Amino acid sequence: MLDKPQLESLPLAADSQARVGVSDQYAPQIVRPSRLSWPWVVTIAYLSIMLLIPMAAMITKSMTVEPAEFWRIATEPVALSAYDVTFVTSFLAAAVNGVMGTLVAWVLVRYEFPGRKIIDAVVDLPFALPTAVAGLVLATVYSQQGWIGQLFAPFGIQMAFSRMGVFIAMVFISFPFVVRTLQPVLQEQEQEIEEAAWSLGASPLQTFVRVILPPLVPPILTGVALGFSRAVGEYGSVILIASNVPFNDLIAPVLVFQRLEQYNFEGATVVGTVLLIASLVLLLLINALQRWGRRYAN
Amino acid sequence: MSIIVESVSKNFGEFQALDRVSLKVKDGGLVALLGPSGSGKSTLLRAISGLETVDSGKILINGQDTTNLDVRQRNIGFVFQHYALFKHLTVRQNVAFGLDIRKRPRGEVQQRVGDLLELVQLTGLGDRYPSQLSGGQRQRVALARALAVQPQVLLLDEPFGALDAKVRKELRAWLRRLHDEVHVTSVFVTHDQEEAMEVADEVVIMNHGRIEQVGTPEEIYDNPATAFVMSFIGPVNVLPGHLGLFKTLTTQETRNSNVFLRPQDIEILEQPHPEAIPAVVARIIHLGWEVQAELALPDEHNLTAHVSREQFKSLDLRVNQNVFIKSKFAKAFPEVEVFR
Repeated sequence: MLDKPQLESLPLAADSQARVGVSDQYAPQIVRPSRLSWPWVVTIAYLSIMLLIPMAAMITKSMTVEPAEFWRIATEPVALSAYDVTFVTSFLAAAVNGVMGTLVAWVLVRYEFPGRKIIDAVVDLPFALPTAVAGLVLATVYSQQGWIGQLFAPFGIQMAFSRMGVFIAMVFISFPFVVRTLQPVLQEQEQEIEEAAWSLGASPLQTFVRVILPPLVPPILTGVALGFSRAVGEYGSVILIASNVPFNDLIAPVLVFQRLEQYNFEGATVVGTVLLIASLVLLLLINALQRWGRRYAN
Repeated sequence: MSIIVESVSKNFGEFQALDRVSLKVKDGGLVALLGPSGSGKSTLLRAISGLETVDSGKILINGQDTTNLDVRQRNIGFVFQHYALFKHLTVRQNVAFGLDIRKRPRGEVQQRVGDLLELVQLTGLGDRYPSQLSGGQRQRVALARALAVQPQVLLLDEPFGALDAKVRKELRAWLRRLHDEVHVTSVFVTHDQEEAMEVADEVVIMNHGRIEQVGTPEEIYDNPATAFVMSFIGPVNVLPGHLGLFKTLTTQETRNSNVFLRPQDIEILEQPHPEAIPAVVARIIHLGWEVQAELALPDEHNLTAHVSREQFKSLDLRVNQNVFIKSKFAKAFPEVEVFR
């Protein structure tokens, strides 16, 4: 069957014309601010006060340091160790949440069970909880005498007041991101595409890898990147669950604070600038990921 | 490849979706499963495809018992109402999906995808994503994707249901011609009687998980087997048979049953006639291509009649006018159940 298709001139005119310009139909109208309309002025003023001026001030402050001196302070062993703890631990925490957040989002969307709505709400707890409270709770639970900490203590594993503690705090505070970026995409995914894949001969594994997973990768990566940048910036919970000892579990934001306490403004500014640049790079990355994720949606 | 369904039943909890359904679809046939929602037509289609298991009975495709085979092993093509295209893949990749799964050589896949895109008239759109296509185009991609694996049978679940009226009409005429070209045994589900009549060789009318009638569109229209069939395939007047108004039916037939007659089978006369009964025009509605007249019978029953515009003009019908009506075709059924 179906060797030489010869259906040439079947009329499908209305259908082929139907598509022109449809995707633009519901796009918001673009306003070019030729006059200084007030929403535009307020936006610029707000962004300036909130973001641009403080950032510029910090960069200006760090510029007063000689480039060679800047480099020396930025690459001091204690600073390098702090970057290492901050970025590597944040990355590990974000990666763990990439996997666990995907699983949780999957269960919340695909499974029907009592208490689902409550669990769905609880996912946001790390967003709502003051980070100091989170740190306090985690430090209590994971300390040598804590509920979870005591399970590991006999094996000589110290959970709180170590790099492990930093990791735990970072996992906690960056947990909601992947769940929340993935959930809407999962909800929108039609289950019929799975049946379509099966009908075309795909196994359950092939269906997952080739049909279900690819559209989920961009939101998962976006969630991981958001979680990572949140973990890099985390301060309140880490300071309570870590011992904050240099070369052990000291994170860069705490290093900035410690330097300020010692009136070492220069040292604080330099490390702060390094963190600022890292955050900007991360943001660009997240933006690029989101654009990539939308490439086949209109 | 033929499809044989033997006494298949399926329950969803308390709900009986299929009740000992038996059906034969001959090789190369194009069959419509027609019925209201909840009639079991989609369940039957999904049971044939293997997307749904059955509680009892047998399904044979091309003589092979496939009852316990997984959907993957049945080699069927399935087209969904909402297209179910893979949004992250281009049109070409969508069509190639089944062939890639089967690990066919690259050259063969490209050749076949090219042929199929030509068949569904989407040559040149192969690198678009589904979101960049119209509904009709998406459904044609879904059709090409299903045909790519050279299925034994093609199953379509409300394939035009999500399209607007104009595209739907166009696409179903096109599907009919495509089938004449490709000859793959096809079964499609629809709740639209006009669509079933227009596209299919054979129409299967379902209700409450059972088959009411199987026949060509002509057979179904000319000789409806049940009250349900007659009332489902078009508007119909239902009158108590004891009125004995319709001389075309024998008295025996009409005594304890309902008489069904279609609006277009009612003839309106100005003069008395031995087979006609008197009526009064109660209301006139202009439908455009024809005129609908509401007629009041002496016993307070009402009838709807459709007359052509020419007839309407030559009769010069007016409200409250006394006329005589005669039925050209009517059927009597003892059953009470009617589709509304």
